[in-house]
Amino acid sequence: MKHRTFFWFILPTLSAMILFIALPIVSVFIQSLFVEHEQVLVVSESCGPFGCTQTTSIDTEATEALRADSPLGQYNGLGTYFDRSHLATAEVAEIWKASTGLASFVDGIMDLKFYKALVFTLTYTFVVTPAVLILGLAIAVGVNNLPKALRGIAIFISLLPFLVATIVGSMILSWMLDGEGIIGATLQNIFNDPSLTIKSSTPLMWIALIIYGIWHTLPFSFIVFYAGLQTVPGDTLEAAKVDGANKWQTMINVVVPHLMPLVSFVTLMLLMDNFRVFEPIVSFQAEAHAQSLSTFILSDLREAGNPLYASAGATSILTIIGVAILLSPVVVRTWRDFSAKSH
Amino acid sequence: MATKAESRLTTFKLVSFALVGAWLIIAAFPFLWTIWGSFKVQGDFFSKADWTNAVFGVLTTRETGGAFTSNGYFGAWVQEEFWKNVLNTLVIVFFTVIISLTFGTLGGYALARSGFRYAFWILMAALIFRAMPHITLVSGYMLPFFEWNIWGLKGTAIIVLVAINQPFTLWMLHSFFKNIPKDMDESAMVDGCTRFQAFWHVIVPVMWPGVITTGLFSFLLAYNDYAVTSMLLSKPNETMVPAVASFLGSVQVQGNIMFAVAAVVSATAPLFVLILFFQRQIVSGLTAGAVKG
Repeated sequence: MKHRTFFWFILPTLSAMILFIALPIVSVFIQSLFVEHEQVLVVSESCGPFGCTQTTSIDTEATEALRADSPLGQYNGLGTYFDRSHLATAEVAEIWKASTGLASFVDGIMDLKFYKALVFTLTYTFVVTPAVLILGLAIAVGVNNLPKALRGIAIFISLLPFLVATIVGSMILSWMLDGEGIIGATLQNIFNDPSLTIKSSTPLMWIALIIYGIWHTLPFSFIVFYAGLQTVPGDTLEAAKVDGANKWQTMINVVVPHLMPLVSFVTLMLLMDNFRVFEPIVSFQAEAHAQSLSTFILSDLREAGNPLYASAGATSILTIIGVAILLSPVVVRTWRDFSAKSH
Repeated sequence: MATKAESRLTTFKLVSFALVGAWLIIAAFPFLWTIWGSFKVQGDFFSKADWTNAVFGVLTTRETGGAFTSNGYFGAWVQEEFWKNVLNTLVIVFFTVIISLTFGTLGGYALARSGFRYAFWILMAALIFRAMPHITLVSGYMLPFFEWNIWGLKGTAIIVLVAINQPFTLWMLHSFFKNIPKDMDESAMVDGCTRFQAFWHVIVPVMWPGVITTGLFSFLLAYNDYAVTSMLLSKPNETMVPAVASFLGSVQVQGNIMFAVAAVVSATAPLFVLILFFQRQIVSGLTAGAVKG
């Protein structure tokens, strides 16, 4: 294909991606370098019979004018990145000095909102991803052993939790886990503790969110592995059987190695999607117990009347750096494959 | 020896069947429970004292005279005007899917037929874009959109959803077009067609299976989106998913949580129909990226 033709074919999609994905990233970065204007204060003196008093009031008009004049705010450099609600370098140093051991250091760090969100995001990602991989493989093998007629129904039911909107699916689950919902109330009866609710306990909320994450993404890994199982060569299975391998041994030594490329594909997808965990926290109304990097951005943008673009921008850039770190092994590997092919 | 192998086989099967059975119950039960419960009153849906109330609708019978009530649906659709959100969703989803597929088909075809190095880099960039959290992009849109006065419009949300959709659409259609033999369009070009004519007369007629599969996923992305639609649409232009989420806040205060339950069931119902008719395409779409690497 000629360069010119290629250009015209790719133009619509490329311009959409540049305008609405690449430029917003630049825009986010620029936003993160500025900080909102402070309100313009006017000091007025009112003198009465008992002497003069000075009152400070906000000059709304001047503040508005300033904001309209330069909506980005004033230049702040990388200041926002290191402030109290982001990397908080000063606070971390202080906690490090004051802490007596690792445990107290971690305790102190968890009081800082950015690190709390980061810890939750990482915990969620690295618990949900392996759990979904293992359970998905197990269920794929199970469904593969089912009679043909039942497989279709099993896949139909499995697709439901995956395809339902995250916000809707997590809402459904949160109603059931609620203190008055069927699962929540049953748990209270079993443990005979009426105060046991996900809304009142951080660890329970984390567990609920992780269970939701597994429920929601398990179908994806199951479907991919199930499709992979259809391609396992029959001869190899036969040979394993002749050599006296039992089902478990065949599974570990033949089937799993065959599925390995799929495992790395599913892992990549899961890491990308789990790292941006966001909707379940909104639906579970879990902000008090669990914040992820994404909900952190949302709450900055939702700040009534005056969205905190700088803070949201800084968190966004830090999130993008996180994504880049997660993706780097894949990009490096693809690059190696590519250059190996071209030489 | 034979019996031993046989018995091992049954344990293996038993365990895997039990696991599949447990998973299917866990997957389906929340939906069945919520659909059933959406026809009850709140006291039954959240029946703390006795869960059988939710099944038989004891309080529903007491309050409304029948074991089933459609009060939740009436409240959501008529009182809270959920039908407006449904219409908005239809408009936004329709245009997002059509535009995404048009852009994606052209781009995917070009990438599949171009052996240049920059084709690889465009695909890599698309992969990285695919990983961007949507909310970080939204925080980049807000300020410029407010400045240009295009915040809150349906058109804005459609364009943004199309763009966010592109990386995935490109990858999928690219791998699909790779499977269509090159000879087809190239022989048309030998016969005197331009590249676009070859694309239009030779490729377009055979591309529909791949386009439909990709379209299903574009539909799901637009239909299920929350980050973009909740932050970039004004109240009257809101789609179903953010409307459901904002119901949750407003109706909980008034004790009308059943409105939200009814709205959730209404928003999920089309997906049941979709899976019913397009199960095969959805499964093949999910695995397309994986199998071809």
